[in-house]
Amino acid sequence: MTEINQTSKRPQATSGADNFAVKVGLAEMLKGGAIMDVTNVEQAKIAEDAGAIAVMALERIPSDIRRDGGVARMSDPDMIRQIQAAVSIPVMAKCRIGHFAEAQILQALEVDFIDESEVLTPADEANHVAKHDFKVPFVCGATCLGEALRRIGEGAAMMRTKGEAGSGNIVEAVRHMRTIQNEMKRLTILDKEQLMSAAKDMGAPYDLVCYVAEHGKLPVPNFSAGGIATPADAALVRQLGAEAVFVGSGIFMSEDPAARAAAIVKATTFFDDPEILLQVSSGLKSGMKGLLMQDISPEDRLATRGW
Amino acid sequence: MSDVVGVLALQGAFDKHIEMLQALGVRCRRVRFAQELDECAALIIPGGESTTMSLLIQKFDLYGRLCEFAKEKPMMGICAGAILMADEVGDSRVIALNVIPMTVVRNAYGRQVSSFSAELRLKCDAGGPTYLAHFIRAPGIKSNNENIEVLAEYNGEAVMMRMGRNMVLTFHPELTNDSRIHVCWLKGFHPAYKQELL
Repeated sequence: MTEINQTSKRPQATSGADNFAVKVGLAEMLKGGAIMDVTNVEQAKIAEDAGAIAVMALERIPSDIRRDGGVARMSDPDMIRQIQAAVSIPVMAKCRIGHFAEAQILQALEVDFIDESEVLTPADEANHVAKHDFKVPFVCGATCLGEALRRIGEGAAMMRTKGEAGSGNIVEAVRHMRTIQNEMKRLTILDKEQLMSAAKDMGAPYDLVCYVAEHGKLPVPNFSAGGIATPADAALVRQLGAEAVFVGSGIFMSEDPAARAAAIVKATTFFDDPEILLQVSSGLKSGMKGLLMQDISPEDRLATRGW
Repeated sequence: MSDVVGVLALQGAFDKHIEMLQALGVRCRRVRFAQELDECAALIIPGGESTTMSLLIQKFDLYGRLCEFAKEKPMMGICAGAILMADEVGDSRVIALNVIPMTVVRNAYGRQVSSFSAELRLKCDAGGPTYLAHFIRAPGIKSNNENIEVLAEYNGEAVMMRMGRNMVLTFHPELTNDSRIHVCWLKGFHPAYKQELL
């Protein structure tokens, strides 16, 4: 065991290909699952008992951040530590866009995944974190393929749609997933000569554009987030190509979180089976109220953060 | 008799195993319902989260049928799948399937920051090149049972073991393009590979 411990004390920052494989590998293990936002130990246990594949530890769920206003920052490490001690599944946490010092703290805390998230107030208006420098894998949000490939170029090991966090409205997550899928399909039919021009237009790294053109998919797992509130929402984005789902405000803003969490887990696994979707959608108490997009002013939209 | 290899598809890296099996020309299918096991000659339990997978096996009424299946047919368990195949997990959140007499330590190397890759020597391909193994929040496995054969070690500890036609690994053969480990398991039972058995 001593030797094993020594292994874990290797230098923290590596940019080797093997290290990236291990980061993407964890994202692969989360596929087909539901990752749930939790704000305390009690919620984390409810999520774990309902079958969540991981929890996102944060101080305020997105709908509360939206309501309360003010600057939203990385969560209190003590709160994250308590959640790490309480559950056996991976624990994720959010840092502000571009706030690499928060990311360093979260890495020192040994969270399993860092979400460089538009839900928090951005710290840098031009730059995201240089994610290859970290040993902890990162997930980032995207609204379109160019944005997704820029984040992967910086080292993100998992992508998710931004959707509109805290809205309880699936429309933006659907828009982002459809946009990314359409843009990927388009790349697969382009001639080789057109790919550099496509890379220029999208502002995306050329090698990643070539990868998508060849494989028709992202080089890292592609999940969905931002507005998932019901089992049917989870099934919808899964059928549109999301390999797993993040559920934020949708669970703990609803009337019976444990039942809704379990229903969303089952809907994520059996996303293509309408009989099971019917069964898990039945008898749920009321969900979160949700917001119409026209009721969220452009400057309050979280999806526009990041570049 | 069926030669279809099932991959438990409740959650985790099941699609990567499907891709690997298809590349090897092996008929395979995803398994989410108990009755789908009837069509399978063998089963892979992929990596994922053992707490979650164990819970879903209970909730979706697969536990009894999986235990029966394990008594009759070959299984390969990867990481979380290996934990589920143990007889002793020492964590009430995981209800093991009792396939392999071994003890398991969850996250033996620590959290994700301690995940790593290493070159291993495979006993089932002794003369071949080393194998690049990815360990992700990996468990530790240990057994004193004389019917268990250790097929690979890392730092003197077993990371891949075989008992009869069953195999357990703490690293992820589906995350590489190297199919030697899947072939090693298939040789134990699969009609297309069996004749190559030494």
